[in-house]
Amino acid sequence: MSTVTPLSLDTARAPGEPDAHRRLRALLEQGLPLTPRPWQALAEQAGMAEEEVMACVRRWQAEGLIKRLGLVVRHRRLGIQANAMVVWDVPDEGVALVGRRLARETAVTLCYRRPRRLPDWPYNLFCMIHGTRRERVLAELAAIVERLGLDDLQHRVLFSTHAYRQCGGRYVREGAA
Amino acid sequence: MHCRAPYFQAQDLDALDRRLIDSYQRGLPVRTRPFHTVAERLGTSEAEVIARLERLQSLGVLSRVGPVFDHSRAGASLLAAVAVPEAERDAFAELINAAPGVNHNYAREDQAREHGYNLWFVMTAPDAPELEARLGALEARLGVPLLRLPMLEGFHIDLSFPIPWAELERI
Repeated sequence: MSTVTPLSLDTARAPGEPDAHRRLRALLEQGLPLTPRPWQALAEQAGMAEEEVMACVRRWQAEGLIKRLGLVVRHRRLGIQANAMVVWDVPDEGVALVGRRLARETAVTLCYRRPRRLPDWPYNLFCMIHGTRRERVLAELAAIVERLGLDDLQHRVLFSTHAYRQCGGRYVREGAA
Repeated sequence: MHCRAPYFQAQDLDALDRRLIDSYQRGLPVRTRPFHTVAERLGTSEAEVIARLERLQSLGVLSRVGPVFDHSRAGASLLAAVAVPEAERDAFAELINAAPGVNHNYAREDQAREHGYNLWFVMTAPDAPELEARLGALEARLGVPLLRLPMLEGFHIDLSFPIPWAELERI
């Protein structure tokens, strides 16, 4: 991680955001340098002071721009190979409630409301369930359906069969990864 | 670019590796020496923590150590899907990967329907107009309509997931 990252045009530009902050975000998306003082190393690359880098990161955390800070695990690499996208057709008035309840389930890693695209796509709620094997994921799903009383909601399960690209929420195009 | 790598053995990760992964998928301290703080909490040395993280990263268990940004606020992004003939799926996937801004691209199988949407990807861009331009260009190149599924509301804000170590050891 010693190379200087080229400035990416893909990093979103917030109006009035200083260039250095934008550079910092592009650098952060590639991960922290694994050195005793990573913020200092980033500061040097972004042309900022270490204190300013840390203040930016804390502010972005407080604002919710940064959801979490830590180890980003490649689950597939660990053997957590089954990844199901479960899509639900929920009456509009109940979708927020069902979404919040699904999101509280440990096995559910993401839960989003999205628009229906009728006639061929009536599903307005999406969640992801990961597990070591398909049977485990399906058993988990069945338990959730029962626990939350969702049996009358139409849903479909789409398992991933191949990852052509899996690069986790980056707005900078990946380098050698 | 294929991301699929040969199988990794959970047994190759010892107790300290697992505690690192279990404890720090979130909450890495924003301090001058974050790995020193981590080391103190785990009862080891800063150099050991850094060495472990380097190893986990080189094994591909970690894609990185750092922040996960909220997609919806870090720029514009959209989940899209296409239904393509299975026999031509790889070729379509390659075109999708070649488009700028694609950061996830999965083949998915809908067990209930044979000719459903089988390629799912996330397109990102610095802003909404650029996103639409990229989607439009890709749609034209693919020659099949994109199912566009923007996020309207997020109910889950945390991507971290408890690792089932015991189950992984039985695989």
